[in-house]
Amino acid sequence: MLDLRGYGPSLMEGALVTIQLAFMSLALALTLGLLGATAKLSGSRVMRYGATAYTTVIRGVPDLVMMLLLFYGGQVTINALSDYLYDAHNIDFFYQFNPFISGVLTIGLIFGAYMTETFRGAFLAVDKGQIEAARAYGFTRWHAFRRVMLPQMLRHALPGLGNNWQVLLKTTALVSIIGLTDMVRIAEQAAKSERAPFLFFIPVALVYLALTAGSELFIRWLDKRANAGVAREG
Amino acid sequence: MPEFITQWLDQHEIFNTLTILHYWDGLVTTVQLTFLSLIVGLIVAVPLALLRASGKWYLSGPVWLYTYLFRGTPLLIQLYIIYYGIAQVPGIQDTFWWVIFSEPFYPALLAFTLNTAAYTTEIIRGAITSTPRGEIEAAKAYGMSWWQRTRRIVLPSASRRCVQAYANEVIFMLHASAIASVVTIIDLTGAARDIYSRYYAPFEAFIAVALIYMALTFTLVYGFRRLERHLLRHQRPVGQA
Repeated sequence: MLDLRGYGPSLMEGALVTIQLAFMSLALALTLGLLGATAKLSGSRVMRYGATAYTTVIRGVPDLVMMLLLFYGGQVTINALSDYLYDAHNIDFFYQFNPFISGVLTIGLIFGAYMTETFRGAFLAVDKGQIEAARAYGFTRWHAFRRVMLPQMLRHALPGLGNNWQVLLKTTALVSIIGLTDMVRIAEQAAKSERAPFLFFIPVALVYLALTAGSELFIRWLDKRANAGVAREG
Repeated sequence: MPEFITQWLDQHEIFNTLTILHYWDGLVTTVQLTFLSLIVGLIVAVPLALLRASGKWYLSGPVWLYTYLFRGTPLLIQLYIIYYGIAQVPGIQDTFWWVIFSEPFYPALLAFTLNTAAYTTEIIRGAITSTPRGEIEAAKAYGMSWWQRTRRIVLPSASRRCVQAYANEVIFMLHASAIASVVTIIDLTGAARDIYSRYYAPFEAFIAVALIYMALTFTLVYGFRRLERHLLRHQRPVGQA
């Protein structure tokens, strides 16, 4: 049996932190992606330019730099804010920016940009006549979106979503760099103090492999379901 | 340098000549790490992709396992395993390899190369397997051997189809190279972290470096777009420049 020299339980906890981080970031990314895609396809020029600026900047900057900027910059901003509040209004307020929140914010922000592109393409792939028909039947705009647009759009978005999720999952490892005690950080500390890098990093790599492999199966299943009513080509 | 720039640099608290030089060194390291690993990765990936597309399980199986392992785990873990693990290889500290691998640059280069080779192999494999059947049949009809077909028809044809995906991989690698800074390499991100901790100025330090990365990224995107236009020029409608 694998002897993790007493680090087993904390590695397990770290794995849970990684999974929580991934899911919360995904939720934020999906929200931002839907908003971004709506903005990109909207009639307002300001919204379109805003969304384009967002996706362009995110694609140009490495994840890690973004994360460092948000984590250290966020703390400086909050410190300045609390100084100001104390001086001006005598309000005593202090907030320690934590790595988990910074991680969720950064990963959510980055993958929100990729989701924007995915959703934009998927929205465009749905026939316009579908929405027009729904509106003609007296659906409200919201109902037409929820009942007609969303289910059809998801079918086109799924492959892209799946890819983004796989990349997101692996990006969570970076949050250990700003000090989150996820499984990567615990493995790093254990590997250093026990002088046994393979013993700790290989199990962590296998957990990631299991997560990506499991996701792949799940996405394939979802894809099959979403395409249930569609005749396959060829 | 023009005088007004040197004057501005002398006066500026953070972006003085020393920090600019530090960023410059970081830029050189980032470019070296990224492009060396990409070049070696590409050279390794072509034969691997041919094996992977060979259709014989004993050739494609091992390559599949390699790409699956490297694409299914984070690059950071791969870097840690190689960086911390290499010192643990029995006896390595007595050989000349230790001279090379005791510096963090080379373990990082190895990790990045293995990673990008895995992704590139799959990109090229995809392009090879989507070669139109007719092209291969025509080559066979001309009596070309496997090697002649591969060299004259399959690889040139595949290379056109993988430019876009490969461009993404290049940019991914440029961005991924930022993690070199966690194993004490002073690349662009490492330089920014130094400047941050020296002046406690996160916005200046990281926004400056973000802009440099953006400039690099969009130059590459532009270059690849030109390359793709050039490679696919035979598909453009007649009469268009």
